[in-house]
Amino acid sequence: MLRVECLRSIYSELQECLVVTIMGAVAAELQSLGHRSNFFYLQHAMGLASSTGLGLALCLPDQKVIVFDGDGSLLMNLGSLTTMARYRPSNLIHVVFDNESLLSVGGFPTATNTGTDLAGIAAAAGVPIVTTVRTVESFKAAVIGAREGSELTTIIAKVEATGPAAYVTGLSLIENRFQFSRHIQSLKQR
Amino acid sequence: MPVSLTNSSLIYNTLKECDIRLLSALPETWLVHLIRLADEDPRMVLVRLAKEEEGVGISAAAHFAGVKSAMLMQNHGFLASINGIVSFAHLYKIPLLMLISYRGSLGERDPWQTQGGNVTEPLLRALGIPYAFLDAAESVKKRTRQAQALAESSLQPVALLLTRDLMWEE
Repeated sequence: MLRVECLRSIYSELQECLVVTIMGAVAAELQSLGHRSNFFYLQHAMGLASSTGLGLALCLPDQKVIVFDGDGSLLMNLGSLTTMARYRPSNLIHVVFDNESLLSVGGFPTATNTGTDLAGIAAAAGVPIVTTVRTVESFKAAVIGAREGSELTTIIAKVEATGPAAYVTGLSLIENRFQFSRHIQSLKQR
Repeated sequence: MPVSLTNSSLIYNTLKECDIRLLSALPETWLVHLIRLADEDPRMVLVRLAKEEEGVGISAAAHFAGVKSAMLMQNHGFLASINGIVSFAHLYKIPLLMLISYRGSLGERDPWQTQGGNVTEPLLRALGIPYAFLDAAESVKKRTRQAQALAESSLQPVALLLTRDLMWEE
């Protein structure tokens, strides 16, 4: 399963969500499908995409928030699973693209390559709904199910360790940040 | 426990006057009253963290959402947050109001706090983070308001060091 095909399968569903991604391939591939003002790419601070999604979900309970995390990033902040589970906002969907690799720095294997089970960790942390998916169809169904459901959900998507040719895009980090915050302010004024 | 309830309440009420509606926190001795006050306040969102660095993401999100927030942490929690401060708050110009208990400075009796005390101010300076002390009840309100004003106007982290003189009654 390719991560970009997963993203493509739900791209149209993201229009009404607030989206936070990690750095690297996830950010570049989502931008390759078309940037929107409701997408925020956290291009460093590995581990904090899930914390950012949690903060958005707690502050904006009427918005659906979806985080596109990765195995390497989540492994740097496993405590975030316990914090998310503690508050378990019903409007937060936590997708983890698990390619068992730190792809952007040369493909070094992460601990999920040697047996660590992020779905098991998330469930044991107390995340109420955890699913593991291995096909694009099941990925799409899991995301749509979580969006229409009312419980914090972590979706572990097992994907191939391949990515785009380049990671730097034409969108500046600062431009993205202010566009995203203005987008949220416009939602609140509706 | 000789943590000052009077001054903890003063700090908490000041945060409320500053329209702080979200606090992230990880417990430490000097912060117990502040965290309990937040926990008992139905109009405050208290996010109890596993590690302080998570609070950078939480506060950044609150800022995006138009919610004023503050972070409560020990100086060792500040040390544990530095990558998040640099590669999120500084990189993306995020205002953070960080209330940091200044353990390991003059008067400290716990040996394990002392090394963190040595490096707190040098690290704040190295990171270019403006900071001031909350060291007397009379100046808590003014300095807190000033710190929040600077964080918001400069879109960067600003630290308030909570000192033994304010937090501890011996």
